Amino acid sequence: MPDLLLELFSEEIPARMQPKAADDLRRLVTDKLVAEGLVYEGAKAFATPRRLALTVHGIPARQPDLKTERRGPKVGAPDAAVQGFLKATGLKSLDEAKIQRDPKGDFYIGLIEKPGRDAIDVLAEILPVIIRTFPWPKSMRWGARSAKPGSLSWVRPLHAITATFGLETEEPDVVKFSIDGIEAGQTTYGHRFLAPSAISVRRFEDYEAKLLDAKVVLDPDRRKDAILTDAKQLAFAQGFELVEDQTLLDEVSGLVEWPVVLMGSFEPEFLKTPDEVIRATIRNNQKCFVVRDPKTGRLTNKFILTANIEAIDGGKVIVSGNERVIRARLSDAKFFYETDLKTKLEDRLPKFEQIVFHEKLGTQAERIKRIERLAAEIAPLVGADVAKATRAAHLAKADLLTEVVGEFPEVQGLMGKYYALAQGEDDSVAAACEEHYKPQGPADRVPTDPVSIAVALADKLDTLVGFWAIDEKPTGSKDPYALRRAALGVIRLIAENALRLSLLKVAASALAGLSVKPADAEKLPSDLLAFFADRLKVQLREQGARHDLVDAVFALGGQDDLLIIVRRVDALGKFLDTDDGKNLLAGTKRASNILSIEEKKDKRTFHGAPDAALYSLAEEKALAKAIGEVTTEASAAVAKEDFAAAMRAMAKLRPPVDAFFDKVRVNDDDPKVRENRLKLLNEIRSATRAVADFSKIQD
Amino acid sequence: MDASLPAHMRPDRSFQGLILALQRYWADYGCVILQPYDMEVGAGTFHPGTTLRALGPRPWNAAYVQPSRRPKDGRYGENPNRLQHYYQFQVILKPSPPNLQELYLKSLAAIGIDSAIHDIRFVEDDWESPTLGAWGLGWECWCDGMEVSQFTYFQQVAGVECAPVAGELTYGLERLACYLQGVDSIMDLNFNGREGAEKVSYRDVFFQAEQEYSRHNFEHADTAMLFEQFKMAEAACRKYLEAGWKDGKREAHLMALPAYDQCIKASHVFNLLDARGVISVTERQSYIFRVRELAKACGEAWVHTEAGGAA
Repeated sequence: MPDLLLELFSEEIPARMQPKAADDLRRLVTDKLVAEGLVYEGAKAFATPRRLALTVHGIPARQPDLKTERRGPKVGAPDAAVQGFLKATGLKSLDEAKIQRDPKGDFYIGLIEKPGRDAIDVLAEILPVIIRTFPWPKSMRWGARSAKPGSLSWVRPLHAITATFGLETEEPDVVKFSIDGIEAGQTTYGHRFLAPSAISVRRFEDYEAKLLDAKVVLDPDRRKDAILTDAKQLAFAQGFELVEDQTLLDEVSGLVEWPVVLMGSFEPEFLKTPDEVIRATIRNNQKCFVVRDPKTGRLTNKFILTANIEAIDGGKVIVSGNERVIRARLSDAKFFYETDLKTKLEDRLPKFEQIVFHEKLGTQAERIKRIERLAAEIAPLVGADVAKATRAAHLAKADLLTEVVGEFPEVQGLMGKYYALAQGEDDSVAAACEEHYKPQGPADRVPTDPVSIAVALADKLDTLVGFWAIDEKPTGSKDPYALRRAALGVIRLIAENALRLSLLKVAASALAGLSVKPADAEKLPSDLLAFFADRLKVQLREQGARHDLVDAVFALGGQDDLLIIVRRVDALGKFLDTDDGKNLLAGTKRASNILSIEEKKDKRTFHGAPDAALYSLAEEKALAKAIGEVTTEASAAVAKEDFAAAMRAMAKLRPPVDAFFDKVRVNDDDPKVRENRLKLLNEIRSATRAVADFSKIQD
Repeated sequence: MDASLPAHMRPDRSFQGLILALQRYWADYGCVILQPYDMEVGAGTFHPGTTLRALGPRPWNAAYVQPSRRPKDGRYGENPNRLQHYYQFQVILKPSPPNLQELYLKSLAAIGIDSAIHDIRFVEDDWESPTLGAWGLGWECWCDGMEVSQFTYFQQVAGVECAPVAGELTYGLERLACYLQGVDSIMDLNFNGREGAEKVSYRDVFFQAEQEYSRHNFEHADTAMLFEQFKMAEAACRKYLEAGWKDGKREAHLMALPAYDQCIKASHVFNLLDARGVISVTERQSYIFRVRELAKACGEAWVHTEAGGAA
């Protein structure tokens, strides 16, 4: 079956857009083919800075013929209806129609045959539409044609389109279409500098090979491999190792069609600047890799660049040019760093009075004060020194006003630590300047130093309570203030450090510190708690744990100690994995179901202690006894926060519950006995509530 | 690069040689070689030869040097690459020709940047000027890792859609010259390409100016006067725009250029106030907005003038 080759040759496509564009092209073309009844065998798309390419192989040469039946008017219907039917079906006369009998009478049936079209014609129709409506994140118009409305929009000017279709054994045909004066053909171009001439291509195999001859590596993965291998090799040859950086590698591979990896160096004196600053400088501004000395783990004075040409001088000029730029950049960075060191962190704070954090939540200075107060309050609860936590909160944001962080926002926090250490702050205080931002996501490290924990919690809780107070909660996919991440951070800080904290109390205290007073201030902490419950569920789901158990625990009410909640969920999950757990859950649910039916029927509840005198069967008595024992035992275990023991106690309920349902008819004819038995069922429900609300657990 | 040039005219030996080589190249292409606009502007784009001429249907190919002032970038002449006054070489081609990238690369060859030994790259950089109400897509052009030009396809200027689109090239002359001459500090550039006693360096020409203007921009610029000037320029711009509508009907405009001068004025005064640190973060946005509103009104007026393509 024939194959399609499509290439869209343009001016330089931004590196960050290339992977998605290749993917979109493949998806859009193949989806449309399938929708047109052309089921293909395989497809692959590629991107370089100057081209998007797609190969789809095994496309049928023709669409299948389509046969459809159309029901017409009744036999003997008025002429107008018959004429309409003939027109719609294309039949010449009613002789060509079948007659079909159904209960309502005899009807004419027209058989319409739609012959399939040649695939190449279908392609000529769908490709221009896909190109015209391609989902670039940003696109533009250009040239003389842009004077008229409706001119083609592309990510950068589009210059040529290659579109061929045909069998491997034959000369393929060009898919004939044109867009804004660009005629699809089979001519493309090689590397901009190394092989700029036109190349005539037939199909994907010779296309890829000819491009390679013309110094274009079509496949981004091959370019990445080449860059990574060469970069490692260059570093290794000098006894160093490459600091790998996937994001940078992805970007760099989108900036070259013919990667040539070269190594340069800079003056060792720049190494006095922190490694992270050097790396940020070289990476962000110059898109080069840095190199470390495996013996010390620190950076060396080398960098690795990826050029797009094989220079006739072997790259000497390119290396020295890059060295000059990097030298200038590093000398700026060094200057920033040294300038920063001249000002103490606390001396920067007054400037925060001019900087608005959020229109409704005041200035950064006010926010820092709130975090200080909250950190001091949280400190004793997490075993941190109050003075240190206050000091850390006082200084933690100051590096935002330093030159280095202004230049490289990604080293915020880290620079705070360096500057704090340089001015002789306590180690924990310095660490908190960096770590209070952590954890930034599910994979980030959670701080363990109590001072860091106190400030991290204060920072995140102030943010959460603040945005809750001004009703800027996340909705759907919108979370501009990263509140979900903040909540997950709080959960991880508490759970992984095994901290005991009443979230309701802390939230209320954070709320009291705000100058904005929300209308429903009383509801806010519990509303926020529900948000934490949601986040906890998401986290557990992502870990592959049961998230429905969170609801079962929260339904108990009054649960605002995250650590205890997590432990309850954990113990419950383990219990429910056992046979005892599963059966008890089934029994409890059965009891709940019966109760809710009967409660509805009688329009009353069955709370209250059952009357022992009304028990007539052994199973009733046994169950009542077991409930009494289990309740006592489980409550004692819960009081000691030994949830595993509480679950073990619960397990003892299973045999009497099973026996009860086996032998006892709840809806006894004697209304008194019936009521008593329903009360007993209610007791099962209450007993299990010592650990969770079983009715909230999904089966 | 033209090998027959005498040493003092060579773009790799003299700053002025670089300017002359670029002018020559773009003149050969067919550009009108304009002279700098006679007002203080923050970038070559502000020259009406770009801002206004980019609008409307009429073809327009021009190139010029524009002294650019960025009061906040002053460093008293002490920073090797930062100045409050520097030169941009600006090329505007409307409509953008299909071979604009090739033309640009040839212009680099004309100043001695050979693509056989230099790594020249087009790296995404979308351009936006909030004060001019303008945006476009394009790249920063890298030579061996150094940004030497901005390359933009204007999509909108002064709030008006570009139809057709113009291509804009901006060469940072000092940086480019440093690279060509192999010096690390702008002040060390050879300005006139002579050697020995005849040599005039960039320092000789501009060091004192950098010091004086840095003092002025950061310490002494009269802010009370500047606030007043901003208001006056804004009011004058509106006044001229209003008065310029022919017969009071919004069909033809007769004074877009003088009105636009006042918009440029307001923009520069704002930059000075910003450098003096007397504009708060929130106010900043509102000043930018006010200048943009002027620019948009000027663009609207321009497309109702003859050069702006009004019938």
